[in-house]
Order: sequence, then structure tokens, then C-alpha cells
Amino acid sequence: MTREPIPASAYDMDHAEEVEERRTLAVLVDNEPGVLGRVVGLFSARGYNIESLTVAEVDRGKHRSRITIVTTGTAHMLEQIEAQLLRLVPVAAVIDITKSKRGVERELALVKVAGQGDPRVEALRIAEIFRARVIDTTNESFIFEITGASEKIDQFCELMEPLGLVEVSRTGVLSIRRGKDAG
Amino acid sequence: MDTHTLSDQAQSSLDGARMTGAEMVINALREQGVDTMFGYPGGAVLPIYDALYSEPSIQHILVRHEQGAGHAAEGYARSTGKCGVALATSGPGATNMVTPIADAMMDSIPMVVITGQVPTHLIGTDAFQECDTVGITRCCAKHNYLVTDVNDLARTLHEAFLIATSGRPGPVVIDIPKDVQFATGTYIGKQGVNKPTYQPKTEPSEHAIRDALDMMATARRPVFYTGGGVINSGTEASKLLRELQAATGFPVTSTLMGLGAFPASHEDWLGMVGMHGAYEANNAMHDCDLMICVGARFDDRVTGKISAFSPGSRKIHIDIDPSSINKIIRVDVPIIADCKAALQALLDGWKARRLPAPDLSDWKAQIAKWRAVDCFAYPENDGAIRPQYAVERLYELTKDRDTYISTEVGQHQMWAAQHYHFEEPNRWMTSGGLGTMGYGLPAAVGIQAAHRDSVVIDIAGEASVQMVMQEVSTAVQHKLPIKVFILNNEWMGMVRQWQELLHGERYSHSYSESLPDFVKLAEAYGAHGIRCDDPAELDAKIMEMIDHDGPVIFDCMVEKAENCLPMIPSGAPHNQMILGRIAGDEIDEAGRKMV
Repeated sequence: MTREPIPASAYDMDHAEEVEERRTLAVLVDNEPGVLGRVVGLFSARGYNIESLTVAEVDRGKHRSRITIVTTGTAHMLEQIEAQLLRLVPVAAVIDITKSKRGVERELALVKVAGQGDPRVEALRIAEIFRARVIDTTNESFIFEITGASEKIDQFCELMEPLGLVEVSRTGVLSIRRGKDAG
Repeated sequence: MDTHTLSDQAQSSLDGARMTGAEMVINALREQGVDTMFGYPGGAVLPIYDALYSEPSIQHILVRHEQGAGHAAEGYARSTGKCGVALATSGPGATNMVTPIADAMMDSIPMVVITGQVPTHLIGTDAFQECDTVGITRCCAKHNYLVTDVNDLARTLHEAFLIATSGRPGPVVIDIPKDVQFATGTYIGKQGVNKPTYQPKTEPSEHAIRDALDMMATARRPVFYTGGGVINSGTEASKLLRELQAATGFPVTSTLMGLGAFPASHEDWLGMVGMHGAYEANNAMHDCDLMICVGARFDDRVTGKISAFSPGSRKIHIDIDPSSINKIIRVDVPIIADCKAALQALLDGWKARRLPAPDLSDWKAQIAKWRAVDCFAYPENDGAIRPQYAVERLYELTKDRDTYISTEVGQHQMWAAQHYHFEEPNRWMTSGGLGTMGYGLPAAVGIQAAHRDSVVIDIAGEASVQMVMQEVSTAVQHKLPIKVFILNNEWMGMVRQWQELLHGERYSHSYSESLPDFVKLAEAYGAHGIRCDDPAELDAKIMEMIDHDGPVIFDCMVEKAENCLPMIPSGAPHNQMILGRIAGDEIDEAGRKMV
């Protein structure tokens, strides 16, 4: 009898050396009481990381909410995170936006910068470059609204720091996949 | 689930009927085929108890502590294959139920727990006997609900049974505020319930079965490693496991939770695997070239040192829960399916290929050598009764009867697993995952409530059983003739053993200076007490216990310093078991840090 070409045991693979990756997961859930608690509790109970989390109802008729979680972990851990999320009864689907390579990610931030004179002018100039909008202004301050990839917002805040950065409020990452299909 | 056609008809006529929330609870339980429940009343569940008062079709067992109700429901579930049901009041009633909920979660036991809650307008005010039951049980239940609208109640109850009993089974908690129990709403029958987002996969994929059969066909040193999933899958799964084993001739080992799925009297039975498992089972796991895991989850008590776990084998893993796959051990062929469906597919495939039973003679000769070590041998009784001897005699004197065994947790549990042998599934009830001392006595109550004429024995330790001693009173009240067989060594034996092994024989707080007189205690409860400290009298006294028509506490005084062996020390691989005596330096620094 000829032996089928079977892969050698996966046991030989060494996972200890694995690098951590960052992933954005979209978790579609039934919007029932406590569902966010279940998801967050799962992450803390099993020692997974949450770098950012956003949640809102996206389909009122179906009571469906979308939770976007940015997490880091080894490939093995990320596989477990997805499987453990799917074990939760109200979780309908988990979409790995990063892995699909067709995901779009955006974040929104409100950034308050206070100052007068040159720094104030410079802040406004940088805001223009970043296509940030001014949504509130006083003689001594601006509030900017900026949308984009998280790195862009990081960079914007960094540049504002010496110019009188006072306060930042960020939504966390939102994501969706390209193309005509849902999910 | 067993339901009668007549009651089905009677129940379906209730669909759309108006009734109170409390009545909905009782009607939903009836519709789900519940004949027995375990509970303890209190302020926030009085309306449900009132509805239960005039309900003849449900046997309610009144426990003495809510933890007892939960474990009894677990014992009932595991011995019948049906869903266990427990009922408790708000606040302390619910918190007392947390241990059984966590226990059922770890061991995948189908259970529905109904708790009362303070009225909805008082939730969040720190009202009397209020606690955040859904918050507390969220992380230790498969799912839970707080029902705030009576019109959601019937659907929620049916959904809870669906979730508890399907996929990987587990506990589901329904928290019902008192005003919802009083309110009137519309009942819906169980047919009206579906949960689109909850669709567990139960059928195996064809290519996974094909890959598995390819490996099975060429294996020279195969082993079936079976677990509690086979039991949970129903008696049909055990039957299919036996058929597949007969067709292939592969040897079989099992986890603690899976004992009974394969008959212990079979020549290819290796005994239990794991930390206190059989030498032949652990060595077969270590040296095999193909491991077929059926409904087990590579628990740390089974794997020992992960990096040295079965290094030369390919692994097939059948599990209904995708998160179990690759969680601890990387496998070559995952089969996500109900054990029954996967075993059926493997059996059909094996037969269709007309594969001859492979030549495993070298492998079986090696197994015979390991078996010849006789790893469970123990010294002769030296004045005192050896605990192993006590379990062995209990087995010999009860094996031909209709017997169910539960245990507490500790040395006695492992001795029971090693020296009591099971031929059928659902006969062995123990707390495996959570390791709950105090599980066995209430579990025995639950088992006996389901099997009134059977012999139900809790093989106990004197330390564990005192955590739930009060449930003897439950057994007496409900005429449940359970036998509590205590292996009394006056120590928390497993703690003592680990202190001997790991902490230089410094026995810190593991000795019970003051134990009750268990015979008098039995009598105080209205049960029968027996004490035995003489090996020569043991048989006669065990027979006295079995023949007594009522609950018995049997105080079996055993050798105090006996260790539970063989043992895989923490941090060691399967092929480095301690067999005869513990030398004291068997565990390295890394191992000492493990549990």
C-alpha cells in the first residue's frame, strides 16, 4: 500500500519564538444586554490584549451590533481569540479585517490645542496639511476633528504636543472590508 | 430529550396562553420534559415555588444548601443524559450556586439554573438579597439571562434548554426578577424558539474524515484517547467507539471524565491516562505514532510536560468545540463534530475501504510489557485497611449490581478511578475540570433521585465530604438511599501528599485535628452509620451498607500516610512516572511552580 502524503506532525513546530502581530477583528453580535461585558470579560479572563475597542448598533431591525477590537498576540493566540469569541452565544461572526488584507481602517479624534501667537498659527497650518477640521474655536484654543488611520492621528497629536496640546478624545479603530459583499 | 406525546399535545395547546411568569416557568419545564429539579426557596422565588406547589409532574428535591442543588442537578444530568435543573433565590442563593455552575462549565454538563432576583425597580439599589447574578455568572456559565419582561420569559426558558443541551453542553443561568414572576404575559411553546446566531457544527467534514482514515490505515502504534465528550454525546457514541475499536483493534485509554465509554474489562483497555493514570496508558500516549483524541481536550492533568507530550505522534482531534482545537496541543487533523457523528463517519469509512485490521502485534507486545509492571499494585494491608483495597472490595461487591459511583476530590477520587472499573457510560460522576471538593455527596443525591432502585455510592474523603455533609439530611427527607463511603485517613490526603513531595514534609494545615464521629453523625441525621477499621470485617460491612434500605455513612478508617501512585510529577513527561515510592527529589524547580 502506498502511503498518502501526510504532513509531518505539527507538533515539531516551535511556537515559542513566534512574533506578536496586531489584528483588527470585527465582531458581529446580537445587541442584547451584557454582550459587551461578555466580550471584554473573555479578553481579560483569558489574558488577551485589547488595544482599542469600539461598539455601536449597526442594524436596529436585527438588533445587531458591531464591535471592532484591535488586539495583539501570536498567531496561536489570535486563532484562540477568534475561536473563543465564536463560543459566546450572542456572537454571530468574527471577521479578521487585517488577515483579509482588504480591510479599511479609520479612526476619528477630537484634539484640543490651546495657545496664542505663532504656535496657534502653526497648529492651524499643520491641521490643514492633515485635513483636520476646526469644529470649535476661542481666542486661545481650537478643537480639531481629524479622521484617518491610527498612525496618522498619532502623528498629528505628536506634532501638536509642543504647540499646546491639551486634550485628546479618540473613537478607537473602525473597520470594514472593501468590495461589494458584507462581512 | 424524552417527552411524552400526550404531554406534547397538552403543552402545545398552551402556546399563546396567558399566564403568570411563575406559571410559565413550570410549564416550560414540563414542556422540556423535566421530571426532577433541585432547589431551595427564598423571598425572590416564592411565586415559582407557589406554582410548583400544585404541580404533581415535577419532583422537587429540597436541598440544605444551594451548592447541593447545583451538584445534584449535575449528578442527575450526567447519570441520565438529560438536562439538570436547579432553582435558587436571589443574592446568597445565587452566589452559593456559583461553584456548581463553574463546575458544570468545566465538565460540560447540561444544566439550567433558575435564580430569583429582586423586583426590576429595585435592581441596582443594593436591595435586600440583591446581587448581580448575571454579572457574577457571566464568566462561568455557557450563557445567562436577566429577564425583565414577562413576555420574553417563555422564549428565554426554551432557549436556555437549547443552549445548555446542544453543541458543547454547559450551564445556562436565568435570573428572573420577582415582579416578572408575578406579571401576566403570553406563553410560547418550545417550537417557536430558534437562535439563528447559535448554530453549533455537529457533522464532520468529509476531507477531515478522509485524512484521519489515511492516518489510521497506516498507523503502527495507534491509541484512542477518549474523554467526557464521548459520554456527553450519548450512549450511541460509546457504542460506536466500541465498534470502531473492534474494527481497528486500536488500544483505548480515557481521561477521568470519559471512564465507562469503553469497557474496563476489554483486553485493549489501557486504563485511565494522566497524572495518576495507568503506566501502560501514559507510555502508550508517549510512544504512539497516532493519537486519536475523541471528545477530550488535552487538559494539563493529561498532557504533563507540553514540550515532551507524545513527541513522535500524529494527532487527530475530534471535538465539538472549535476553541479546543490547537488550544494546548497542535494537532494534524482537527475534526469539528459531535463525537457520535465523527465516530460514525470513521466507522463507515473504515468499513467502506475494506481495510483489514492492521497488524499491531509489536505494539501490543510492548503494551503488554508496560502492563506487566502492574502499576496499581499496592502493599498488603498491614493492620490498617489500605484505601486501594477498600475501593477494590467495594468494586468486587457491587460490580454485578446496577451501580452508580460519584466522588469528591482528592486521593480517594484517584483511587476510585484506578480501582473501580466501569463497563458502561453515565455510571461515573466526578468533578474533573474544576476539582470541586464537596461534589460527590450532592451528586449522589441527584443520581439517586433519577435512579431510585439503583445502588448509588459516593466514594468520599473525610475532608471533602464535610463541605457538603448537610445533604445527608436531604437524602433522608427524600428517602434517597445513597451510600457515602468515606476513605477516612484524617488528612487532606492529596494536600498532604504534595506537601510530602514538594514542601519537605512540612504538613501545613492539612490535618484535621477534630473530626466528627461519622457513625453518630449519620444517626443524628436519621441515617445509618457504619465504621470499619479491620480489613477482615470490610466485606461484611460493605454488604451491610448495600443491604441497608436507606442512606448510609460508612466511615472506612484507612492507612493514614498512603500516597496515591503512580504519578507523573509536575513538569515531567508521560514516560517518567513515579511508580513505587516517592523519593522526595523527583520534581525540579520548574515543576514545583506548577499546580
